[in-house]
Amino acid sequence: MGLLNRAANWVMGRDATPAQRAEDRVQDARLKQHLMPTWEEGEEGGRMTLSMGPQHPSTHGVLRLEVELEGERVLRADPDVGYLHTGIEKTFETLNYEQGCVLPPRMDYLAIEYCTWAYCMSVERLLDIKCPPRAEYARIIIGELTRLSSHLVWLGTHALDIGAMSVFLYGFREREMISDIIEMVSGDRMHAHYFRPGGLATDLPAGFEQAVQIVLDIFPGRIDEYERLLTKNPIWMERTQGVGAITAEKALALSITGPTLRSAGLPWDLRKTQPYSIYDAFEFDIPVGTRGDVYDRYLVRMEEMRQSLRIVEQALRDLPGGRFRIDNHKVAPPPKEEIYLSMEALIHHFKLWTEGARVPPGEAYVPVESPRGEMGYYIVSDGSAKPCRVHMRSASFANLQAIPAMSVGGLVADLVAVIASLDPVLGEVDR
Amino acid sequence: MASRYEALADDEATTPEAIPERELTALERLAVQFGDKILLTSTRLGEATATVDPKSILDIMLWLRDEEKFVLCSDVTAHDCHGEEPRFWVVYHLTNVERPDRLRIKAGLPEKKPVIESVVSIWPGANFFEREVYDLFGVIFQNHPNLKRIMMPQDWEGHPLRKDFPVVYEPVQFTHNFRAIQESKPYAEE
Repeated sequence: MGLLNRAANWVMGRDATPAQRAEDRVQDARLKQHLMPTWEEGEEGGRMTLSMGPQHPSTHGVLRLEVELEGERVLRADPDVGYLHTGIEKTFETLNYEQGCVLPPRMDYLAIEYCTWAYCMSVERLLDIKCPPRAEYARIIIGELTRLSSHLVWLGTHALDIGAMSVFLYGFREREMISDIIEMVSGDRMHAHYFRPGGLATDLPAGFEQAVQIVLDIFPGRIDEYERLLTKNPIWMERTQGVGAITAEKALALSITGPTLRSAGLPWDLRKTQPYSIYDAFEFDIPVGTRGDVYDRYLVRMEEMRQSLRIVEQALRDLPGGRFRIDNHKVAPPPKEEIYLSMEALIHHFKLWTEGARVPPGEAYVPVESPRGEMGYYIVSDGSAKPCRVHMRSASFANLQAIPAMSVGGLVADLVAVIASLDPVLGEVDR
Repeated sequence: MASRYEALADDEATTPEAIPERELTALERLAVQFGDKILLTSTRLGEATATVDPKSILDIMLWLRDEEKFVLCSDVTAHDCHGEEPRFWVVYHLTNVERPDRLRIKAGLPEKKPVIESVVSIWPGANFFEREVYDLFGVIFQNHPNLKRIMMPQDWEGHPLRKDFPVVYEPVQFTHNFRAIQESKPYAEE
């Protein structure tokens, strides 16, 4: 228990005991041995076991891969996760359902609002309530903008990993516009907890529609710009075509979803196949690939960005007026001005902010199509104001299992392209 | 046998006798196929759930994958009903990709010996999910190819998502309670 001892010492400002210091030395030696490369002489050349990560720029966070190499060939690649484990699922059990809304964006910090959306829909199913139409449309607009912003980070870092620097700068230029919109509606650029069970935290601000319209006008040309930089670029094609290929059957067996599965040719997109929210009211296509390699995953995501813009355009056109949050004061707080005039509103306000909304007993799991694949919150309620168990099914966690299947037999340089094309977010993997 | 969450399910359980004049759902076919190995079936809030006997989990899962085409194992997780028996519920979320459909399978495990057969041989993708459940709940998956901790350090003691694993925090010290807190702290003996 060296780690716990050290943590306790640190909290209480004590020095370590000699026994603890000895234990620490043993642990450090073991860790060093664990992380240093080892060399094993073989009959034809040697084998090297290399620890790639956790602080490697191309692992997109703190992913560690134990790679066994023979020359440049990868013989084994085992993902080792858990470096970012913060026990969010345990923290959920100590917060009430509304307070819990702040935690999902901490998990997938690139698809910020998508996590909160999945969480809110599970809570709404338990409560058996429906959002007002304005909230649903606003969620679609912000959700799809989030998908764009997440795909831009993927595109930028993917290109950066393979050596194309400028795409990263272009991608972040456009991402800024979306961050500005997120800031406009919620006041926060990164962890915008704007969705609440039963609707939104506040109404959409004035000027929102114009800001989204500017994105809609500018963006298609910008996507063409990225494609001009990459799609027919000979170096890009050389580095991505035929690399890390996987078949749809194998991907399904490994629980892989999202663009990775679609690039292998299976049109499995939950927005279309099992529509949630009001996605069945929109017209859009699901791009699929044919070969399932890194290049196809790139093409699928690029086309998805165009389809997202189509959805945003339709949602903005049809955005209705009305309430932004459900008119049920057992779940959503009453308007502030009512509190001074109505006793009942005051009681509801008091009960909601001291205890929280009580959720009927049961369990719910609502999967949504996040930029990385199927994401869903499995929530078990025991009838009180705090959840009994919250589990997040994260796409990145499952998708990491594809790394051995995609990279074994390939070159170690292609391993970098494979990781980037899976687009893992380690906050979501480790939770 | 059923936990208190199950007991509160408000609609009637579907039994093989009451087969209506329509195509059976996957849940009803499962109940017909396996009979008394299916302890409880319910469709609540639009989600089909079957509580099964943990001893025959492998037969049931294999049948669901091969006959019912639930080829995608979306998730394996667990939750802890501390103070009840069975204490641990292992929860599988399965997806049919050909005809979009979802099914939840639950298996209750006793507190003393939370052991269940691993489904990695059926869905290789369950590998990480089962390791996570083992790590955070201490449920043992038999015949798992690589059952070791995934989130916590390898030498961690205990399973953090169990309800009896404390959420540790430090009490805030003020001048009026400084001494009381200082004296009650569990200093290790030198």
